[in-house]
Amino acid sequence: MSLIANLPSVDSEMRKRTLLAIGSFLLPLLVWCLVSYVPFIWHPKVEVTDPGGVDYFQVGMLVDKSQFEDETAFTREERLTPPAGKPANPIYLPAPHEVAKAFYTGFAKQPVQKDAPWLHESLWHSIQIIFWGFLISSLIGVPLGILAGTYSTFARLSEPFIEYFRYLPAPAFGALAVAILGIYDGPKIAIIVIGTLFQQVLIIANTTRKLEATIIEAARTLGTRGVKLLTKVVVPGILPDLYRDQRILLGWAWTYLIVAELIGTSSGITFYITQQARYQHFDNVYAAIMIIGIIGFGTDLILGRLSRSLFPWDRSQDRR
Amino acid sequence: MNTTNLPSYLDQSEAVKARFDKINQRETILEVRDLGKRFRTPQGEVEALRGINFSVRRREFVCVIGPSGCGKSTLIRILAGLENHTSGDVLLDNKPVKGPGQDRGMVFQGYSLFPWLTVKQNVMFGPKIKGHGKDEAERDARTWLELVGLEKFADSYPHQLSGGMRQRVAIARALVNQPRILLMDEPFGALDAQTRSKMQSHLIDIWKNIDITVLFITHDLDEAIYLADRILVLKAHPGEVQEVIEVPVPRPRSPGQFTTPEFLATKARLEALIHPAPAPEPEDEQAAQPQMIRFTNVADNVE
Repeated sequence: MSLIANLPSVDSEMRKRTLLAIGSFLLPLLVWCLVSYVPFIWHPKVEVTDPGGVDYFQVGMLVDKSQFEDETAFTREERLTPPAGKPANPIYLPAPHEVAKAFYTGFAKQPVQKDAPWLHESLWHSIQIIFWGFLISSLIGVPLGILAGTYSTFARLSEPFIEYFRYLPAPAFGALAVAILGIYDGPKIAIIVIGTLFQQVLIIANTTRKLEATIIEAARTLGTRGVKLLTKVVVPGILPDLYRDQRILLGWAWTYLIVAELIGTSSGITFYITQQARYQHFDNVYAAIMIIGIIGFGTDLILGRLSRSLFPWDRSQDRR
Repeated sequence: MNTTNLPSYLDQSEAVKARFDKINQRETILEVRDLGKRFRTPQGEVEALRGINFSVRRREFVCVIGPSGCGKSTLIRILAGLENHTSGDVLLDNKPVKGPGQDRGMVFQGYSLFPWLTVKQNVMFGPKIKGHGKDEAERDARTWLELVGLEKFADSYPHQLSGGMRQRVAIARALVNQPRILLMDEPFGALDAQTRSKMQSHLIDIWKNIDITVLFITHDLDEAIYLADRILVLKAHPGEVQEVIEVPVPRPRSPGQFTTPEFLATKARLEALIHPAPAPEPEDEQAAQPQMIRFTNVADNVE
């Protein structure tokens, strides 16, 4: 196919892609809306609007459908006023508009409980934990990975142990981390480092190994050797792939966040979530969970865009 | 090919003879003495090269040709210093070769340009490694890019260039270091026929105009005859020099010479050396013989 014949379709192809991307978010939202707003879909509970003759019913109370039907039959037998109610979902599934409202109040209104943290305060704390955890892990893991990928002796000396260590679940080190680093942010950062670092070394070593051998050989015939081979050829050669690896690893660091924050004094977004769940503010819980996704996904989108201008020579981006 | 009316490939015209006399008076740039290479594989020890002897004179164009597996790539990699040899000597200007160096430029078959550098920066790479200043390196790069006709693409990235252009950059990048010898490992092997013949003429032009000696590996007989002063014919298992042929085709060369009697005679000789009368195939090859079954109508013939 010629390039010119291709040109008009590129635009519509992009539009189609954007529409599909939006659709992929709208579909789950649609399912959520259906379950929440269409009374005959699911709705296993009944919200009591008038207790009638049932002495323990209260307005606003959620009861099982079968229980409500039993009580209605009972009142009919006893010739009491039957209770009234409307179909409802369990308390752990708030409707989309309630969660949307929680998003707003989470940032704009003082929390209902005194001394409870605001949503954005919790979030900021979590982001800091991730930042430091990922930074420390990268400062160690990236150089180690590049060294292991370049020098086979170094790889053989380090990789078997790292391979073993990466199977040890990071949360298992929680108690140890608290004993060594105290109960505040130290152990949390440590868990993220333990969870990320070992995978990081192996992944980056692999990426480094994938660099074309011809490129290194060409550099050697041009007179490059020693450290310069590493700094002038290997590092720039793998940089776009290294950047991609780091994006994926940053996502992994986020998955360790919740466990990390449960260690020592509960803090950050996890503390917010558990606290809100305890008071059955499930709309806030959903809002908090979603915001983690938004931040993670958003950072990745921005980093992805950035890589286009950072690595204009990287052709693997054209294929996406 | 009808070989009955051809002259012998050993017959040289006066001009060609005079040219070889002149070449033989020049100093030796590269000398290979009794070179051998063995390496271990899981299947046992393999002798890739055995007793290779040859020398290359200054500004001579030597092609190395041979069947696949004859070790021609191993040979050039040893000369470049990318691999070690197990016996014998490689001497460049009478000094033994140890590891890769800027005195030997290399052009690879595959994609060897640095994708993160622009064309100009690729060519500047060698001078900068040598410790030259940025301005000097840039000036050199521009000169050599002009020589290969790519000054307009100085700021493009390699992936924006065609295969032929990339190899031109690779040549400029090797030549900018002013090596004593240019080693080329099937540099045009991945190019289409048209680009390939253009590049061959271009390479001859470069070689004519600058002080460079070329050792060129190929499996294309026409390419070897068209380019070379002498052709080193290797045989496989183990890789040994079968014959060194002095090409009787006069210079200057042009694509029109592909059908001259000297050219055809040389080609016939090369064919005889490289594709000898078929030896009985090993058993595993025989087992892979296709059994042709007719899947179309009997009357539906294409030939």
